[in-house]
Amino acid sequence: MNTKKPTAKSQMPNASRYELVIGLEVHVELKTESKMFCGCSADYFGQEPNSHTCPVCLGLPGAIPVPNKKAIEWCIMIAQALNCRILNNSKFDRKNYFYPDLSKGYQISQYDEPFGLGGYIEVYEEEGSRKLKKIGVTRVHMEEDTGKLTHADGASLIDFNRSGVPLVEIVTEPDFDSAYQVTQYLQKLQQIVRYLRVSNADMEKGNMRLEPNISLAVSDLGLGVSKKNQAPNAKRQLPPYKVEVKNINSFRFVAKAIETEEKRQAEILDRGETPAQETRGWNEAKNTTVSQRLKEEANDYRYFPEPDIPPIIITGNEISNIKNQIPELPDAKQKRFESEYSLSAYDTEILTREIDMADYFEQAVKDGSKHNITPKQIANYIINKKVKTDETVPAELIELIKATLQTTEVDESELNKAIVEALTANPKAVEDYKSGKVQIIGFLIGKVRAQLPPGSSVTGLKEAIEEALK
Amino acid sequence: MTSQKDFMRLNELTIKEAITGLNDKKFTSVEITQACLDQIEKLNPDLNVFLTISKHAIQHAEVADQMRADGIKLPLLGIPIAHKDMYMTKGLRTTAASKVLENHVPQYDATAVAKLNKAGAVTLGKVNHDAWAHGGSGENSDFGPTKNPWSTDYVPGGSSSGSAAAVAANMTIAASGTDTGGSIRQPASFTNTVGLKPTYGLVSRYGIIAMASSLDTIGHFTKTVEDAAIYLNVTAGNDPLDATTTQNDIPNYTKDLNLGVKGLKIGLPKEYFAMGMDPEIKKNIEQVAKQYESLGAEIVDISLPHTEYGLAVYYIIQPSEVSSNLARYDGIRYGNDRSSFGDEAIRRIILGTFTLSAGYYDAYYKKAMQVRTLIRHDFESAFKQVDAIISPVSPTPPWKIGDRVDDPLKMYLSDVYTVIANLAGIPGLAIPSGFIGDLPTGFQILGPQFSESMLFRIGKAYEDTQERRVLAVRG
Repeated sequence: MNTKKPTAKSQMPNASRYELVIGLEVHVELKTESKMFCGCSADYFGQEPNSHTCPVCLGLPGAIPVPNKKAIEWCIMIAQALNCRILNNSKFDRKNYFYPDLSKGYQISQYDEPFGLGGYIEVYEEEGSRKLKKIGVTRVHMEEDTGKLTHADGASLIDFNRSGVPLVEIVTEPDFDSAYQVTQYLQKLQQIVRYLRVSNADMEKGNMRLEPNISLAVSDLGLGVSKKNQAPNAKRQLPPYKVEVKNINSFRFVAKAIETEEKRQAEILDRGETPAQETRGWNEAKNTTVSQRLKEEANDYRYFPEPDIPPIIITGNEISNIKNQIPELPDAKQKRFESEYSLSAYDTEILTREIDMADYFEQAVKDGSKHNITPKQIANYIINKKVKTDETVPAELIELIKATLQTTEVDESELNKAIVEALTANPKAVEDYKSGKVQIIGFLIGKVRAQLPPGSSVTGLKEAIEEALK
Repeated sequence: MTSQKDFMRLNELTIKEAITGLNDKKFTSVEITQACLDQIEKLNPDLNVFLTISKHAIQHAEVADQMRADGIKLPLLGIPIAHKDMYMTKGLRTTAASKVLENHVPQYDATAVAKLNKAGAVTLGKVNHDAWAHGGSGENSDFGPTKNPWSTDYVPGGSSSGSAAAVAANMTIAASGTDTGGSIRQPASFTNTVGLKPTYGLVSRYGIIAMASSLDTIGHFTKTVEDAAIYLNVTAGNDPLDATTTQNDIPNYTKDLNLGVKGLKIGLPKEYFAMGMDPEIKKNIEQVAKQYESLGAEIVDISLPHTEYGLAVYYIIQPSEVSSNLARYDGIRYGNDRSSFGDEAIRRIILGTFTLSAGYYDAYYKKAMQVRTLIRHDFESAFKQVDAIISPVSPTPPWKIGDRVDDPLKMYLSDVYTVIANLAGIPGLAIPSGFIGDLPTGFQILGPQFSESMLFRIGKAYEDTQERRVLAVRG
């Protein structure tokens, strides 16, 4: 018999009875030339299996690791970009466990002295809201990737090309309370490591892997675990269990997995039970999570300091040198674009999504200023025309924009005359255009314009030249 | 060195004598190598020293002779050596004296092996030891115990049992070893050979099967102190493949050999005498101290207050690291599976897994590391008072094969004087200091980190007062 008295709350839909409590572990694979602890190429994707291996990453008898300085610097750079404090004294540790893809029987990782501690990323609290929320970054540490297992025809094959590729693990506090916050965080993290040019952070290729820990806290009438009535920044009391979800390889699926888990756990809680602490796998085909391992089977990793690698001492100078290499990051850039160029948040979000686009925009602003083209006009053109930064250089872009802006009508015969003159005077450009270098049109627009009276404008100048070139 | 009789004994030469003779064209490397191979053939069935004999030794000796004829000068050109079977030797079976790696043929050379090869040494083969270097008697080898050439009922010490026996029995001119808690110094003192345990980080560990990575040191066995210095000149120095190797410039270790001990202060740690050493051993070390005094050194009583914790600390840190280092032998990619591990390896894996487990780490491993720091400090303050320390190597003379196999704890206790040098990372040099009955004994000289030149100098001064006793050719 169910003795649980129905309350007003319990009759409400699940979503309002419980609050999501989510923490994230994200692994980012660095794109260093060599692996973390040996000289093998770290570029394993699509390579012949076991072609990028040596005694060290194969874990052969007698082989010992030598850490990759560049990878450590990049890890520290990521940690600093995520507002972490960098430890002056750090070290590597061994995480001992057995798995066929783990060549040494332990993974070299960092346990109690990670390179970075106590950072954050800001996300919008709710969709449509501009209210920011800080997601705490607990730690940023360096470790090595494992080999890759393939199961086929009743056999298991191991490819060690990935063994020892540098991985940075970024762990958050359980600060997320919606899939929306999680998705934003992940996009921002991806954007930041791409800005730093330290990882491709491509989910599909496994450069970026994520594991959410999901649980539900009971709201208000529950056991006082709600955050809603607590003072801001108060440490929220965590549910007595958590469910780790693995095998998620896209941002879309992380939202789906959270949704699925929220529903599944709510049903268990509704029955008055506590969901099991376990690891579940995201099953893409079934669109659900499946239990993989219960807590009882959890590993004791027997961490201890890696004796093959001396402690890492990072001086204040080294920390600031690495910091100086960090470019302006998306949040700061977006804010600056908004104020410096008087752009909307919508525009600046798009323009700063990738660092190459942001740089391109700023170069175009510089070029445009000589021609009285405003940043807003450039932003509009780039966004509306979906300009590809690798096809049109900023100077050409300005010419294209100028062409669209010329509205003072020029007499058609005068225009045709100018076009003919410009084309005749520049046979090389014409030839280039005809052989497919269509971006030369920007140059020809400039030449035609030079034939016209100053200040005059033409609608469809570009089209007219294109017509003449046919 | 021209008579037929002398020719027969080329295997008894020291490195120094061999190089001199080779340079003077008195004999060839092929002849020395053959003499060693003959001795191996003669004695190996009885002593069980070599696990694998290189088929290419003579061929390599021929190359060395040709190089010498071509005027090429290398520090060990044409000198036959044997390697402890913990050293990776490309193409030459390397077993760790364990059934697990019974058929393992390495794909690469250890850095020390590569350096010795580059210096012209000729590899005779691979020698026996306690499996995975776990032990102090050689009896833990999965391929049977090695016998002490001076009296075959007795152990030659361990773990580098085969290396010590090979040098003592003149099956080789020199041999490599590893010392994690005394595995070079103790068998050296049991076999009348010179054994060097270098400073941690002086010789690369790359390519040498790891026992306990923070304690493992890569040293060697020779017939004289001078040979030990010549050998170390080849193996010492930074290795980009071992992050724990020194960046220091390496001196010429033969330079200070004959400076003598006049004016040096040599310490005798009082704690060592309070630990129940065999009276013969005590007499022996007192005789050594007296000898040094007569050579002009000042003997100073010193204190190493944390000595009593040495064994406890060692037998926590070492099995902890062992348990992790042996994890890769999972039978998936090479070697036999875990059922091939012997009792001692299993004992250490279990001990180490326990001491690293959640909830026990702080009480065992972490605490042991803290005490290890105190032991290091003991030596740091001692070396403010004295230039070096002398002590016995083993609290007892060699014991009979089989006497201690059922009592692992008693076996562990015999490491009492040696483990602390490994915990402190300092060098130790074992020097023969006579015989107790039929069996050799020796003492060790300990010095500050990277003081190998000083140890050789002090060792040579004593050695010069003794007649070198060569094992009589048997059979």
